[in-house]
Amino acid sequence: MIDELFTISTLIGILHSCVRLATPYLFASLGETFGQRSGVLNLGVDGIMLMGAFFAFYAVFEGHNLWVGVLVAIAVGILMGLLKAFVSVTMQSLQGISGIGLYLFGLGLSSLLFKTLIGSVEGVSGFRQLAIPLLSDIPGLGHILFNHNALVYLAYIMVPVSWFVINRTTLGLKIRAVGHNPEAADTLGVSVNGVRYTTLMIGGALAAVAGASLSIGLQNVFQENMTNGLGFIAVALVYFGSWRTVGVLGGSLLFSLVNALQLWVQALDIPVPSEVAVMMPYIMTIVVLAFTARQIQKPAALARSYERGE
Amino acid sequence: MLRRIRVFTLIFLLLLAGCGRGDDNGDGEAIDAEGQPFRIAIVMPSSTTDIAWSQSMFDSLVAVQTEMGGEDALKIAYSEGMFRVTDASAAIRDYASEGFDLVIAHGAQYGNSVFEVAADFTETSFAWGTSSDTGADRGIENVFAYGAVANEGGYVNGVVAAMLSQNDVIGVIGPVAGDAKLYIDGFVRGVTEVKPDAQVNISYTGSFSDTTLAAEAAHVHIQAGADVLTGSAQQVVGAIGVANENGVAWLGTQSDQISLGPDVVVTNQIYNWANVVADMISKIEKGELGGTAYRLTFANDGLRLEFNENIEIADEVKEAARTAIEDIKSGAVDPVLLEEDE
Repeated sequence: MIDELFTISTLIGILHSCVRLATPYLFASLGETFGQRSGVLNLGVDGIMLMGAFFAFYAVFEGHNLWVGVLVAIAVGILMGLLKAFVSVTMQSLQGISGIGLYLFGLGLSSLLFKTLIGSVEGVSGFRQLAIPLLSDIPGLGHILFNHNALVYLAYIMVPVSWFVINRTTLGLKIRAVGHNPEAADTLGVSVNGVRYTTLMIGGALAAVAGASLSIGLQNVFQENMTNGLGFIAVALVYFGSWRTVGVLGGSLLFSLVNALQLWVQALDIPVPSEVAVMMPYIMTIVVLAFTARQIQKPAALARSYERGE
Repeated sequence: MLRRIRVFTLIFLLLLAGCGRGDDNGDGEAIDAEGQPFRIAIVMPSSTTDIAWSQSMFDSLVAVQTEMGGEDALKIAYSEGMFRVTDASAAIRDYASEGFDLVIAHGAQYGNSVFEVAADFTETSFAWGTSSDTGADRGIENVFAYGAVANEGGYVNGVVAAMLSQNDVIGVIGPVAGDAKLYIDGFVRGVTEVKPDAQVNISYTGSFSDTTLAAEAAHVHIQAGADVLTGSAQQVVGAIGVANENGVAWLGTQSDQISLGPDVVVTNQIYNWANVVADMISKIEKGELGGTAYRLTFANDGLRLEFNENIEIADEVKEAARTAIEDIKSGAVDPVLLEEDE
């Protein structure tokens, strides 16, 4: 039985699942990385994801193009990011608690809108699998990497894009400066609040696309609380990845790999109790966090409000 | 000053969050004391539109309401999304203290809460499912228990799955191992009855509501060769979406799931709680506040198997399903899992 796990087709299946499963985590945790690198912890990611999932779904349900759905989600995500920025940056409320407030707000409002505007669980035709010509023909690797829907590819494209923005642009330099030493950045003429507003809007947009990747990409339905806490795992993955985009990619892939593995272990009837199988991704997360915790250099000003001195 | 602004902002956000929750429709507040309609409150772990467990009860309550003559005869108040038992417990107590005639705790996890509150409100009737325990052995007399013999429909769906499958590989997506066992055991028994050598791959997501993992589990089963899928709990919406995309047959349970996969959902085992609720109301009106344990079966019309009329299904499949139901009703078939099936 266990031999079945090591056949080529099963291994390809596991890796294919892993690449697809990582999509929402990648979008959401890359977005959260922007906010945290600038010193703002946003625990409201899950609420923004739900809003993004709902609005993308609703746009498509109403007959609009799938990309219109994604754009609507981005707009809603930016608004949610603005709300978070207003509360945490301008009003300087405690970042953790206001994030939980934002999560509950997103959870409640998306449910209310769903009940009011749609009413029952319906399906839509979401992003279809898009095999990339030539690349998808590569034996094994082609199916694993190049046989997914457009939002899956977009998530992976966002990794180098985010890396480039954070590490190679003026905005990125400001983000890092504001996250490490807002006072110093301020004296150099960087608008601390302006940078934090920007990162929270970027984070909001990406979290909303993470939600859209579920409702019009991977599942093609909307259901209340459909993220099921996925946004909180995305926040943990930012710590897991030590606030680096490549680390976040690694964390998302590892978490998804173990999740894919446990699904395959169960489907192939390999004698591991299902309770143990479903715990595997979480056990792995704790183990990796325990081993990487010491090497982490977190943004020094993370979760600290900035108030300009007189 | 700044501190005041912060406090104000926090209150504002929490208020916003409160506005959006909408987990209590407050129907009960508008009750006319003169007309004295019967008042039912229900606390449920997921949404009234989950196309699974919670919706099955909510739809049944609405059916009873219609039967009785609308809101003037029966008022329904509900709290949904009560996946945290502490929240549910508070809601059950609130409804009891507001004087509802019947408070339904629609989740196996609410057992302790029900008995605790029922002991404090002996004039109020409670109902708890899934359970067969009315609390009689601990001296409680105001709790009804209810449950579905889900393995009956599981068996019939298993028979249908075996007949539909060309690859003889069938995938099952369960939520939490213990809870879904009854349905899945019946399902496996039904499959083996028709095709003893068919392979039934079972995976659990470990959650009732993880639609993402359920969707991925559906992908995994399809890649592992399954051409018929089934599963239970509200998480299945994710899996039905995947079945739909891949044109793989889906067999539903608990509620009508055709709207989600009009071309792939072949059958649904539907839980019809209407008779159970109507009987509870009639007992309560006679002063009997609890003590009965109800079970939904094909024989008492609590379970129904419905075929999707929009897709073509071979007559022999329909006939086999009907025969299986009759055999279960007559007792010729006992849809429990045998050791050799495992």
